[in-house]
Amino acid sequence: MWRNTLHGWGIASIVMHWLSALIVVGLFALGWWMTGLGYYDYWYQLAPWWHKSFGMLLLGLTLLRVAWRLSQSTPLAQGARWERRAAHAGHVLLYVLLLTVMVSGYLISTAEGQGISVFGVFEVPALIVGLPHQATLAGDVHWYAAWALIVLAVGHTLAALKHHLLDRRDTLRRMWWPSVSRRQ
Amino acid sequence: MFPKTLSKTVTGVTLGAAMLLPMTQANAAEYQIDSQGQHAFIQFKISHLGYSYVLGTFDDFTGTFSYDPEAPEEASANVKVDVTSLDTAHAERDKHILSDDFLNASEYPTATFESTGFESTGEGEGILKGNLTLHGQTQPITIDVEHIGGGDDPWGGYRQGFEGETTLTLSNYGIDTSKLGPTASTVDMYLVVEGLRQ
Repeated sequence: MWRNTLHGWGIASIVMHWLSALIVVGLFALGWWMTGLGYYDYWYQLAPWWHKSFGMLLLGLTLLRVAWRLSQSTPLAQGARWERRAAHAGHVLLYVLLLTVMVSGYLISTAEGQGISVFGVFEVPALIVGLPHQATLAGDVHWYAAWALIVLAVGHTLAALKHHLLDRRDTLRRMWWPSVSRRQ
Repeated sequence: MFPKTLSKTVTGVTLGAAMLLPMTQANAAEYQIDSQGQHAFIQFKISHLGYSYVLGTFDDFTGTFSYDPEAPEEASANVKVDVTSLDTAHAERDKHILSDDFLNASEYPTATFESTGFESTGEGEGILKGNLTLHGQTQPITIDVEHIGGGDDPWGGYRQGFEGETTLTLSNYGIDTSKLGPTASTVDMYLVVEGLRQ
């Protein structure tokens, strides 16, 4: 139930997947909106605070998710050989982009030694500070990697829908119902 | 007793001045701003909401000046500032100030000051005139300058130090500060430069 099998995803992977999806889309929209805010806007200080808090939460979740994913079996990929390879490369790239976006975001805010408050509960300390033009360069990486992540996530979604609806596979069912993993 | 001491003192001062005179004439010289030892500071102060100030520095800059205590009106100075070295002790704010919302440092990474003249206004003080290029635009400015001190340093060199103050109107350089509120249209600059005689 909790763990993955060769037939489907366990609860842990399913929950982490959809939670990530929700937070990624939310953070992208929030980030887009907040960078356009004026100095005298009410949300000018608060929106980045939420953005950074959820970003750090997602970073923790993603590290946990990668560790969970690597520690056990994964459901067998479906489709032709080239499709399975492309899907695997796409999934690896999604993880890489996720980590790139979050690490670069972290490097912006901590560039001069300030930590990042996570919902006001605790603070993630600054570890790498004072690289040349750190905040500006990390900001550029954050922007382009976030775009790449969203574009790839849309492609990921379309591919899943195609396999489910056109190829009539159980792609979406096994990413939603943990019971699929118990099937023999 | 008392007059004697006084006359001694006067003699001493006269002697000292006489000894100083030929030395000061030899001091008409080129000085390199001590950037390496960072005995030079460019600080700025700008209003925050009209309630307080944001203070910051430009850490990296180089420059030279020439100075002759006997002929201060011939003083000149040239300074080149690395705009990206701006530091207000808050990474997100620095990133924002350096972005194209304000200084656009990727497009205009350096600011320069080239003096055009010096007007003495009294003992050890004057007005340094020159052209400041910031955000790709050049404007004439004046800097109120005061001589702090000078002489041999403990390490075999010879130094002169000055402080200067000026106020810049940012819109003159095409920098739009209207979003920061009406009190943030100008920025006060405070400069301390220590030159090492070449």
